[in-house]
Amino acid sequence: MDYNFHWRPVFKSLPDLLESAILTLEVAILSMILGIIFGLALSLIRIHVKGPLKWFAISWIELARNTPALLQLFFFGFGLGAFGIHFSPFLIVLMGLTFNNSGYLAENFRGGFNSIPDTQIRASLSLGMNHFQTYTRIIIPQVLRVVYHPMTNQMVWAVLMSSLGMLVGFRELSGETQFFASKTYRIFEYFAATAVIYYVIVKIILGAARLMASRLFKY
Amino acid sequence: MISISNLYKSYGSLEVLKGIDLNIPKGEVLSVIGSSGSGKSTLLYCINGLEPIQKGQIIVDDIDVHAKETNLNSVRQNMGMVFQQWNSFPHLTVLENVALAPKIVSKLSKSDALEVAEKQLLHVGLGDKLSQYPSALSGGQQQRLAIARALAMEPKCMLFDEATSALDPELVGEVLDTIRLLADEGMTMICVTHEMGFAREVSDRVAFFHEGKIEEINQAEKLFGSPKSKYLQKFLSKVKT
Ligand SMILES: Nc1ncnc2c1ncn2[C@@H]1O[C@H](COP(=O)(O)OP(=O)(O)OP(=O)(O)O)[C@@H](O)[C@H]1O
Ligand SMILES: [Mg+2]
Repeated sequence: MDYNFHWRPVFKSLPDLLESAILTLEVAILSMILGIIFGLALSLIRIHVKGPLKWFAISWIELARNTPALLQLFFFGFGLGAFGIHFSPFLIVLMGLTFNNSGYLAENFRGGFNSIPDTQIRASLSLGMNHFQTYTRIIIPQVLRVVYHPMTNQMVWAVLMSSLGMLVGFRELSGETQFFASKTYRIFEYFAATAVIYYVIVKIILGAARLMASRLFKY
Repeated sequence: MISISNLYKSYGSLEVLKGIDLNIPKGEVLSVIGSSGSGKSTLLYCINGLEPIQKGQIIVDDIDVHAKETNLNSVRQNMGMVFQQWNSFPHLTVLENVALAPKIVSKLSKSDALEVAEKQLLHVGLGDKLSQYPSALSGGQQQRLAIARALAMEPKCMLFDEATSALDPELVGEVLDTIRLLADEGMTMICVTHEMGFAREVSDRVAFFHEGKIEEINQAEKLFGSPKSKYLQKFLSKVKT
C-alpha cells in the first residue's frame, strides 16, 4: 500500500464543492415541493377517479416505484433527447426526481388518506363545510402527520438520488466532485470529502425535520 | 320543520329504510328508539344529506334536502348533528374545534368565532379545556365537545345520534340539562337513543323503529305507558330488564 493521501487539492476546491452542494439541495427541495403536489394529486386521483386518468396515475406510481431511478433520469435526458426534446441537465434531474418522488409520496399519501376514519369527513360535512374545506382543514392536516416521516425519508432520498445527476452532465455535488477528481487524480480524497458533505446535509435535514415536527404536531 | 314522506334507503341490496313518513313541527323533540340495526342512524344521515336516498322526500325548513339543485352545505348549516362515535378533530384544540366552522362556514371574524366557541364550550362544561387537544379529553368530554361544535353554528334543529350512550353516568344529567335547555329555547330535535328514561323525560313524541319502518309513534307517556305493537312491548321488556 504505497498510496499517498493528498488532501490539499480537496481543501482548495472546497468552496466550489460547497457551492455545488447548494445546487444539490436546490434540486432536491424543488423536486420535493413538486413531488408533494403531484403525489397528492396522484393519490387523490387513484382514490377518487375512475377511467383513463386513474390508469395514468397508477402507471406513474408503478413505474416510479419499480424501476431504477437512474433509468427514470435517463428517460428525461436521453430518452426524450432521442425524440429531439432537449432539456438542461438541471431540468432533467428535476424532472427525474420529481417523477420518482411523486410516485413514492403518492402511495404514502394514499395510506395516509385511508387511515383517516370516514367519520371525520361526515362530522366536517355536517357542520356545513364543503368538500374542499373538509380536505384542506380536516383531512390533509391529519394526513400530513401520518406521512411526515416517510416524507422526510423521501427528502433524504432525493438528496442522495440527485447524485445520479452527474451521469446526465449535471454539475451538482457529485458531478463537481467527479470533475475535480478526474482533473487531479485525487479520486479517493474527493469522493471521501463529498461523502462527508452528503452525510452532514442529511443530518441537517433530519435535525430540521425533527424540530419542525415538534412545532407542527402538538397533539 | 322536518317533513319526511315515503322514504326508502338501501345500502347496495340491503334495504334499511322501508317507507318512512314523519312530520316534526318546529320546536318538537322527537326521540327515536329501536333495536340495533333498525336504521335509526341511517335516518339521521339521510336527513342531513350525508347518505343518498332511493325514494321519497325529505323537506327541512322548506328545502328539499335531496333535490339536485339543493346546496347541501347551506342545508347542513341549519342542522347540527352529534354522532354516535366521537369525532372531534384531533389536530385542533378544543376551542379551535368549535370555532372552525363559524369562522370558515359562517364567515365570522376570528374573534367573533372564538367568542361563540367559548360560549358554547362553557355551555357544555368544557370551559377549562379550551386549549387542550381532544386526545386529552375523556369520551364524555369529547361528546360534549361535539355538541358544542354543532351548537356553535346556531342551527335551527339538532340531530342527536345516541349522544349520551358514551357518557359517564354523572355526565349524562349535564347533557340532558343542555338538551332540555335547547328544547326550552325552541330547538327542534331528533334524538336517537337507547336510554328510555331520557326519551320519556325529554321528548314530546317517541318513534319506535322496527326493521326499517316506524312501527309505533306516540306521545312519550302513551308510547311507554301503553305500547300497542307487540314488537315494542317485547323491545321495552328487554331494555327494562
Ligand atoms: N355504510 C353502510 N354500508 C352498508 N351497510 C350499512 C352502512 N351503514 C349501516 N349499514 C347497515 O344498515 C343497517 C342499519 O344501520 P344503522 O346504523 O342505521 O342502525 P341503527 O339503528 O343506528 O343501529 P345501532 O343502534 O346499532 O346504532 C344495519 O344493518 C347496518 O349494518
Ligand atoms: Mg346507530
